[in-house]
Parts: sequence; structure tokens; C-alpha cells
Amino acid sequence: MLGSGIINGLIVTAKNFAGSYHDPERMVTVEYPEQKTVLPENYRNFPFLITENATDPMGTLRCVACQICEKECPPQCIIIEKSKDKKPDATGKLQLYPAIFGIDTSVCMSCQICVEVCPFDAIKMDKVFEIATTDRFQDLFLDRERLAKPNSYYHEIHPVEAAEVDGRLLAERKAAEEKAKVAAAAKAAAAAAKPVVTPPPATP
Amino acid sequence: MSAAALTDSFLERAPLALRDWVVNFLPAPLQWLGHHLITIIAVLAVFGTFFAFTTIAERKLLARLQNRLGPNRSGLPWIKGLTLFGLSQPFADAIKTLTKEDIVPAAADKCLHFLAPVIVVAFSLMTFAVLPFGRHLIPVELDAALLYFFAAGAATELAIFMAGWSSRNKYSLLAAMRALAQLISYELPLILSVVPIVLVTSTLSTQNIVLAQGGWTFGFLPHWFVFTPWGFPAFIIFLVAALAESNRSPFDLPEAESELIAGHLTEYSGFKYALFFMAEYFGLTALSGLGVTLFLGGWQAPIAALQFIPSYAWFMLKLIGMLVFFIWIRGTLLRLRIDQLTRLAWQFLVPLALLNVGNAAFWILTASWSGPLQLIRWAISLAIIVIPFILLGRTLTAGYAPRTYRYAP
Repeated sequence: MLGSGIINGLIVTAKNFAGSYHDPERMVTVEYPEQKTVLPENYRNFPFLITENATDPMGTLRCVACQICEKECPPQCIIIEKSKDKKPDATGKLQLYPAIFGIDTSVCMSCQICVEVCPFDAIKMDKVFEIATTDRFQDLFLDRERLAKPNSYYHEIHPVEAAEVDGRLLAERKAAEEKAKVAAAAKAAAAAAKPVVTPPPATP
Repeated sequence: MSAAALTDSFLERAPLALRDWVVNFLPAPLQWLGHHLITIIAVLAVFGTFFAFTTIAERKLLARLQNRLGPNRSGLPWIKGLTLFGLSQPFADAIKTLTKEDIVPAAADKCLHFLAPVIVVAFSLMTFAVLPFGRHLIPVELDAALLYFFAAGAATELAIFMAGWSSRNKYSLLAAMRALAQLISYELPLILSVVPIVLVTSTLSTQNIVLAQGGWTFGFLPHWFVFTPWGFPAFIIFLVAALAESNRSPFDLPEAESELIAGHLTEYSGFKYALFFMAEYFGLTALSGLGVTLFLGGWQAPIAALQFIPSYAWFMLKLIGMLVFFIWIRGTLLRLRIDQLTRLAWQFLVPLALLNVGNAAFWILTASWSGPLQLIRWAISLAIIVIPFILLGRTLTAGYAPRTYRYAP
């Protein structure tokens, strides 16, 4: 009959009205500053630099200032200056480090290309989105100190990805150690074999 | 007489006593002026705040009807952390609209452009003058109160066209014409739905119409006109026409937020824009008040035992009920197209309203029927309106409903 659709519609909205008071499942609103939603695993916005040790962030940056990300960055928002000296990295190998590493987040387009090209897994994407500032020049340009965050933080925000990266790095290091061991063993063997060869033959 | 005692209960007389007490301070020649000024101030104050809280209630209810929370942030400026569910929102809105820039187009007719919002508010407020808010509370007692109400209500249409014309904007003008087409179309069913009441009560005075609805069968069945076979359809037609007259969803075509720029309000900004909205809400409140007066027994209590509650409280409760129903409708129905809108008025509402006038005439002619004849009277009266309703519904929806969608599943 004419009008039955209107009554059905009224019943639907009346159910919504009653349900909105006792059924929290219906409500879609998240009252933002007080409540926060859990961001999805793959959410990303701006890059950050990984440090091995939270107590000495500047001393243990994974970044070796190879400048690949600086060259690859499409909007050219990364600036890197190499150090003059070398410091030992996590594996104890002497490496360069970035004396200056800056990202202008007002230019960054969150493309993640820097992360993809980094051969050292030193730069990753962050999840911090509450970055409103009052100064668009100073506060949106992130320097080395503000970019550096410990590896444990990376595990917090991207657990799956971080575990994969850590596993890979560990395997690489192990392989490198094995290789070094083998090389050392070979060297030692060579060194051991050499005296056998070199001593002058005893005169009978 | 218990009724007389109730009439004289303190709460019932309190507003009048207060007014007379204040008026007595004035010198005798000025007392009539004070008398009317106090009435005007009371109506403005009560319905001004009522309007403010209708807006927040509307936003909150609409939100709940759509599983949202609604505005709940605006608090009090001097207390941190106390938001009172956002009840101070209308005051924040008022300050915002007051501080906005008021732009008048260079080519606009400055005088008319300024007058339109003033007139629309003035006329929609004037309709409150004849509504009986309580047993003794009626601002002006007119013999032709209904006529006055519709005359003042129809004058807002003039203001809407003034707004469209004076803006010197073709979209405003077109929208104003559309609005006028809608308002004039629905003026007819609105007035025709009221004619049966006038026929049965044979008076145009709102106070007498309310008095005619007094009394209860068995003490709990009120003699409201909505509970009669001619009053119920009249009430439904009145509701539909009132929605259209006050430009509310699903008939909010004159300024369809999501489709047009703002219709005849395109060139209005700041407080003038807010005045149009205020007028819309005043118009809605006044029409709801008229609906309560004509069909829902006005200030009469629904049960004889509840008469100790003052009559104006009953009126306000019923008024709030009507407004909540209008908000519920707004949260449910979709907007009509202009051709559907006029079709509904001219092909459906007007014929039904005309039949309903005949129905009321039959009701008066058979007023002497009693006993089993009373049942026959009800059956015939219902048949007069229900059969045409079903037939009209079928013919009008033939070819339109149920709708099949070729591309959507």
C-alpha cells in the first residue's frame, strides 16, 4: 500500500536511534583526541632513521651516508653531508656516517622510494601523523637528531616488516662472519702451510 | 466543581498573575501597552530559546538516527572540561553567525535585500499570536484566528520571492520561483485539511477549537480530532503540507543543501542567512503548534487524571513531540524531485483533502446516530477516505513502483 515504505523507513531509523544508545557496535564515531584508532600495519607517512642503540642514537645510526636516497628522492627533500672521519658500525666495520641528514617534510610526498633503495635498511617509514606546527620552516625540516629513532621503535610500529629486516640483517652478518672465518681460516692455513714450505731444507 | 478548582490551580494562573503584578506598576493609561509588550516579550523569549534548543536537538537526534554522536564538544567558556553534552552549541553558532561578514551584492536591490529576512522572521513570529498555549494563555483572542494564521503564514512566501528577486542573481530568482511553486501548491492541501475542523466546530477561533476537543470517554480516551475517521487523514495531510510549507526534508527543495548552491539564499551571508533559518524554525514551530491545537487537543491533558499538570506544559510537550516527529521524518526520507513534489500535492493530497471535507460533512449530518448506528457511522466514514486512498495510491504508483533497476543488482 502507498506509504508502507515510509513506515518501514521510519522503523529503520527508530531502530538506529534506540540502538545507538545501547549498542556500541553501531557507532562509527571515534572521538579523536581522546580516543584513537589503531593504524593499519602498512600505514606510512614520513621517513625516519634507524639507530641500533637508543642510548647513543647519533653514534649508532645505520646510515652510512651513501646518498642513494638523496639521489633517488623524487621531490628532492633529503639532504645528506658525508662525515670526514669513519666510525665502526654495528658489525664493527669502519664506515662513514651522515654529518648532516635532513628531510623537509613539507616537500616529502611519502612515496617510500628512499626506503626501497636503501641497501643498509637504515631509513624506514614512520607512523606519526600529529605533526602540526606553528613554524613551517624550522619545525617541518627534520634534522638528524629528530629523525633518529631506535630499532625497538621500528619493531613497535611495523612488527612484521621489522622482524623480516632483522632476520635478514642477522643472516647477512652471519654469512659475513662465516665468510670472514673461512677467509681467516684460509689465511691461517696459508700462513701455517707457508712455514712448511719456506724453511730451508736441512742439509743432510 | 473540580474543573473550576483545577482551573484556578496556582501553576495554571502563575504566568497571568506575574504579568498582572508587573502591569500594575505602570500608570493606568499605559497598562494596555505593558500588557501586550509583556506578552510579546514572553513569546519571543520562550520561542527564541525554544528555537535555539530545537537546532541542537535536531542535530543530536539526526545524528542518533544515523548512528552518529552529534555535536557534543562546545562547553562553557569559563569552565574547562564541562561540556554538558554540547548544549551550549546554539550559542556558539549564534556568535559565529553574528561575527560573520555580511555581503550584499553590488547589483542587488539593497532595500529589498535587507527587508526580506526581516519580513520572513516578522511574519513567522506573527503566527504565534493566535496559538492558545494554555487554558488562559493566548496572546490575542481573535474570532477569525485560523484565517489570520494562514494569512500571516502565507506572507512568508512573499519574503522568499523578495529574497530571490532582490539578489539580482538568476539562480536565486529561479530557486525563488521553484520555492513559490512549492509553497503555493502546498498552501491548498494545508488549508483544505483544516476545513473539516472548521466545519465540525463551526468556529475559526483556535481557543474554541481546543475547547471543543475537551472531555474524555471513560476518563482516558480524549476527544481529540485526530482520533476521528475524518480527523486522522486531515492530520496526515496537514503534516505533509506543513513539512512542505516549512521547507523541511523531504520537501526541502527551495534550498537543497546537497544539490543547489543555497536556492534563494545564495546571496545571503552572516546573520541574514541565519535569520532565514530562524524563520524556517519559527514557521515549523508555529505550524506544529497549530497542528497540536487543531488535532491533538491543544493544551488538553490526554487523561482526565493528569489534569493537575498545567495546561501550557501539555501544550509544550505535544509541541516537542511534533517537532521530534518532524526531525525523525527528516532523518528518514529522501528529498523529492520538483515534479514529484507538485504531483503529490495536486494529484494526491488535494483530492484526498477535498474528499475529507465531504467526510466531515457526513460526520456532522450523522451526529445524532447512536448505539449500533455509531459503528456504521465509523465504517462509512472510514470507507469514504480509505478506499479512495488505496485506489489513488494504486493508480498513481502504477508504472512507478516497485521500481526495477537495470544496472544495479
